[in-house]
Amino acid sequence: MLAVKEIKFSEEMLKQVDEIIKRYPEGKEKSALLPVLHLAQAEFGWCSTEVMDQVASVLNIKPIEVYEVATFYTMFHVKPVGKYVLEVCRTGPCCLVGAEKIIKYLEDKLEIKEGETSADGLFTVKGVECLAACGTGPVLQIGPEYTFYEHLTTDSVDQLLEDLKGRKQ
Amino acid sequence: MAQKILLKDIDVPGIETFDVFRKQGGYSAVEKVLKTMSPEDVVEEVKKSGLRGRGGAGFPTGMKWSFLAKPEGVPRYLVCNADESEPGTFKDRYLMTKLPHVLIEGMIVASYALGANTSYIYVRGEMMPQIRILEKAIAEAKAAGFLGENILGSGYDLEIYVQPGGGAYICGEETALLESLEGKRGNPRIKPPFPAIAGLYGCPTVVNNVESIAATSWIVLNGGDEYAKIGIGRSTGTKLISASGNINKPGVYEIELGLPVEEFIYSDEYCGGIANGKRLKAVVAGGSSVPILPANLILRTVNGEPRLMSYESLADGGFASGTMLGSGGFIVMDEDACIVRNTWNFSRFYHHESCGQCSPCREGTGWMEKILHRIEYGHGKMSDIDLLWDVQRKIEGNTICPLGDAAAWPVASAIRHFRDEFEWHVNEPKAAMEGNYGLAHYADPLPVPAAPSELVK
Repeated sequence: MLAVKEIKFSEEMLKQVDEIIKRYPEGKEKSALLPVLHLAQAEFGWCSTEVMDQVASVLNIKPIEVYEVATFYTMFHVKPVGKYVLEVCRTGPCCLVGAEKIIKYLEDKLEIKEGETSADGLFTVKGVECLAACGTGPVLQIGPEYTFYEHLTTDSVDQLLEDLKGRKQ
Repeated sequence: MAQKILLKDIDVPGIETFDVFRKQGGYSAVEKVLKTMSPEDVVEEVKKSGLRGRGGAGFPTGMKWSFLAKPEGVPRYLVCNADESEPGTFKDRYLMTKLPHVLIEGMIVASYALGANTSYIYVRGEMMPQIRILEKAIAEAKAAGFLGENILGSGYDLEIYVQPGGGAYICGEETALLESLEGKRGNPRIKPPFPAIAGLYGCPTVVNNVESIAATSWIVLNGGDEYAKIGIGRSTGTKLISASGNINKPGVYEIELGLPVEEFIYSDEYCGGIANGKRLKAVVAGGSSVPILPANLILRTVNGEPRLMSYESLADGGFASGTMLGSGGFIVMDEDACIVRNTWNFSRFYHHESCGQCSPCREGTGWMEKILHRIEYGHGKMSDIDLLWDVQRKIEGNTICPLGDAAAWPVASAIRHFRDEFEWHVNEPKAAMEGNYGLAHYADPLPVPAAPSELVK
């Protein structure tokens, strides 16, 4: 298991939150909710209740206002995930060029089903809807930077998994 | 060679940087509008250009701008819709990645025309790399004096901010986008009031697609009349087409509206023909929401005229035999593509993306997905096809936003044009699980290379 991090916004993060809030008119700080949730997820890995409560207190809104938003948008993980979340596009155009094979290959290789996390806690495989990269499919993306990996083949998937395993913290 | 407006400088090395973009003549549209034109002049030029919303609806941009309410002492907003999520569409991602300053320049021109002093670019959350690119471009433009206070000494102030979404297709609908920008769930609002009266924070707001905003710089520099000369009839100017699926050259192409569909698919300048020597089966011409057409109907109208890439020609024949230009997401399917499977896939998409506000959409998309899954996996009954037709009819037109229609149309058109393939799935479940229906029963009017005989059923 990965080390448990204390759920608290650092000074640096609070500074970033202040910068984000400046983008909106006075009294409209709630607009910062999505950017701040992204910030929190990048830092803490997923949006646990503790994380969402922190976001609520930082933005001075009610926790329910954060919960209802975090559960609406698919990018926010409200359940624990692996260190790397492989989000593979499963929509029409990507399927025309082999996305289903790629998802099946990942499931077999990592011995999990779509939506699950590998036993070593490294990889979660998630089928997601259209990533707006239909011309270079099949594609997957990996947060928090959302780097795209395009024209996927079973060979390039093997290579990607090896590279990620070799990556330092 | 067709005229290029948006992608004119795409191959210039370093064009994503301010300096190179400026050397190529970038930001001269900003200089022109701030020094020589009133906001009303800009709106007038865009009206004259005939530019129509490039996000899918095709509503005239200039007219949308002229509807903006201007009450005294109330801020107005321009919000750029960069939540590109319509399956088959990837032009905005391409434009923002390669030519971020084309969008920023257009944002300044459009904001000035509308009298907005704060503008937002709402980018879908998955496009984090593009968000960084845009933020850098904004910082560069600001450092050069094209953003901030008193731009070029004109007295006009403007700040542009980039807002990330959270991965919800529905936020491409303009009122859902505004809800999301206010930090809420992306539930579309009931219209009226339209955003032009009460939009972001209840203030008058214009929401425009990336491509529409990007086109305005060229229009003010060269004049609306010049833009209107490009294209055909009421489909003026150029359009970015995202081409994907079973073609030799997938990618983003800037076409002059009016280009024959046949040329777009088969010419080496564009898609380069069907991949692997296969034959064309069907096309979804404007993103997953528009009706799918079989090969014969996408290439020619029922009157036998060549089908053109324009709003009017693609819609010729209504939904009985035509489709829509939509967002320009051009998905090509070859003879091996299974229409039932593809329709099920799209239904799953709409079920997943329905916001859940309206019962017909929330429930209906789920039922359609379930029924299609049943047919695709060999458990379908003949009555399922009629049931499917019935469900989609009850969704269409009965929801707050167009997502319901968008979910219904692919199903309706697939049954309309490919009913025999659905029936084959029901009658021959084993064969349907193992193989595909192929092209045996479809007209194939083009002398395209024949597929190897073992692939022809």
